[in-house]
Amino acid sequence: MEFIQTLLANQVLVSILLSALPLVFIVLMVLVVLYTEMKVAAHIQDRVAYMRTGWHGVLQPIADMLKLLQKEDIIPTKSDKLLFRTAPFIAFTGTYVAYAVLPFSSIYIGSNINLGAFFLVAAGSFVVIGILMAGWASNNKWSLIGGIRSASQMISYEIPTALAVIIVVMITGSLNLQDVTKFQDGGMGNWIVFGGPLPWMQKLMLMPFTLVTFFILFVASIAEVNRTPFDFPEAESELVQGFNTEYSGMRFAMFYLSEYANLFTVSAVVVSLFLGGWSSPFGTFMSGPLWGIFWFVVKAYMFMLIQIWIRWTLPRLRVDQLMFVSWKVLTPWLFVCILGVGLILVL
Amino acid sequence: MSAIKTYFYNIYHSLLTVIVGMRITIKHIFTRSATIQYPTVKMKIPERGRNRLFVNIDDCIGCDQCAIACPVDCITIETIKSTPDMDLGITSKKTKKRLYIPCFDIDIAKCCYCGLCVWPCPTECIVMTDVYEFAEYDRQNLIYSFSNMTTEEITAAQDRLEKYNEEQAAKKAAATVAVKESPASSTSASPVTPPPIKPAPPTVEPNQG
Repeated sequence: MEFIQTLLANQVLVSILLSALPLVFIVLMVLVVLYTEMKVAAHIQDRVAYMRTGWHGVLQPIADMLKLLQKEDIIPTKSDKLLFRTAPFIAFTGTYVAYAVLPFSSIYIGSNINLGAFFLVAAGSFVVIGILMAGWASNNKWSLIGGIRSASQMISYEIPTALAVIIVVMITGSLNLQDVTKFQDGGMGNWIVFGGPLPWMQKLMLMPFTLVTFFILFVASIAEVNRTPFDFPEAESELVQGFNTEYSGMRFAMFYLSEYANLFTVSAVVVSLFLGGWSSPFGTFMSGPLWGIFWFVVKAYMFMLIQIWIRWTLPRLRVDQLMFVSWKVLTPWLFVCILGVGLILVL
Repeated sequence: MSAIKTYFYNIYHSLLTVIVGMRITIKHIFTRSATIQYPTVKMKIPERGRNRLFVNIDDCIGCDQCAIACPVDCITIETIKSTPDMDLGITSKKTKKRLYIPCFDIDIAKCCYCGLCVWPCPTECIVMTDVYEFAEYDRQNLIYSFSNMTTEEITAAQDRLEKYNEEQAAKKAAATVAVKESPASSTSASPVTPPPIKPAPPTVEPNQG
């Protein structure tokens, strides 16, 4: 960052440049994830997916994006025009804001604030405003039900997420994601999933609790991004397309982008809180600022693969089951974990 | 107590079933996909599969049996009788051809691929091939004409037939006149009159099978 600043000698330009960097990353990442998702889905169902556009259809996501951009932007006559127009941008902003505190590497983080983890949880719930706006403004029953469902789901699953973050904060003693990652630096054994870099006795006692927390955070993160076992806001078979039924063209693309960017955000959160973020799993081997980006993206990508795998395996839950899982399973178990971790750390 | 038991059992059971499901799906990732890249790779179709019709017009004797058998009337056959002085050759089944076939049209768009036209054919000249890609932009292109006769040939054949028919009619008229005249001239002289020379039948009934 110092290097770039001296190079351009312009604070405004540098901040614009650095804040636009994740946008480039998002677009590229979305293309890759789209391709992966389609391929994994196809192979799970014994198909092959795209094969014609380029080698094994690698250019297809680009073609899809171009097609979406060219489509007509339809706005229903009876809709609330202002809300309808702004909703996709608010949803995307909510996603994009979260990228500010993701520690991509030891030298690159958008904003190294002390409340990073807290900010992430807050930004994650910002997306729901966009979705609720879209559902309301569409003036369509399906959209409205999708939006309301999304709101209830997000609110329910914010609580397990926040509680899981609290456990990590208890162990590391910091809300700054860069500090959390640095805490776990130095090999796979130091990751918080395996108890963190503590004396081995404490570590062994912490391990069951951190493993459960990790798992719960993962489940909650799937629910946060509205993916298949919890895809109520846009349940195709029930609500056509949910909150984005009335959207088309560029605005639909914004929602789409937001969904996949969010997918990366939650994976990145899980990775930086529990799996050592940008730190190399082999201690000093292959570690460094550039390797940091590599490890961070690879770990997050692994998580996205697992999410895709789950998506194409499990059917959708019932709405009451969704609430049951959040309030009666994940939250109490996290309370138990908080108690356990607190006792172990105090003693 | 039992409520707590079911609570823990439900958690255990759901985790177990999720793992079972995910094991099944990951197995499918590594199994060979069933997709065939159709336009480049084609599936082998069955040996006796019924697809596009083909008529070997050289073997056709114009018997019209296929058109009669067709349940959707997609076959149109027109024939012109040949005169006895013309030799149309024989089919591969050693059947003598006696009819010109100026028109043998199959509207494949109507065809229902039942194969009923194939069985009655005495010379096995109408068959179903293994071609199944014959989509067209214009429906008219789906009417296949199998006749290999040119317009001149058709008119020539018609002219010959007409001339022959006229000749035959004239002969017949002459014969009847002769028959009528002969008893008038010699009524008692020869009661037993020889039958008039019958003209050769212009065509034989087409069915040879």
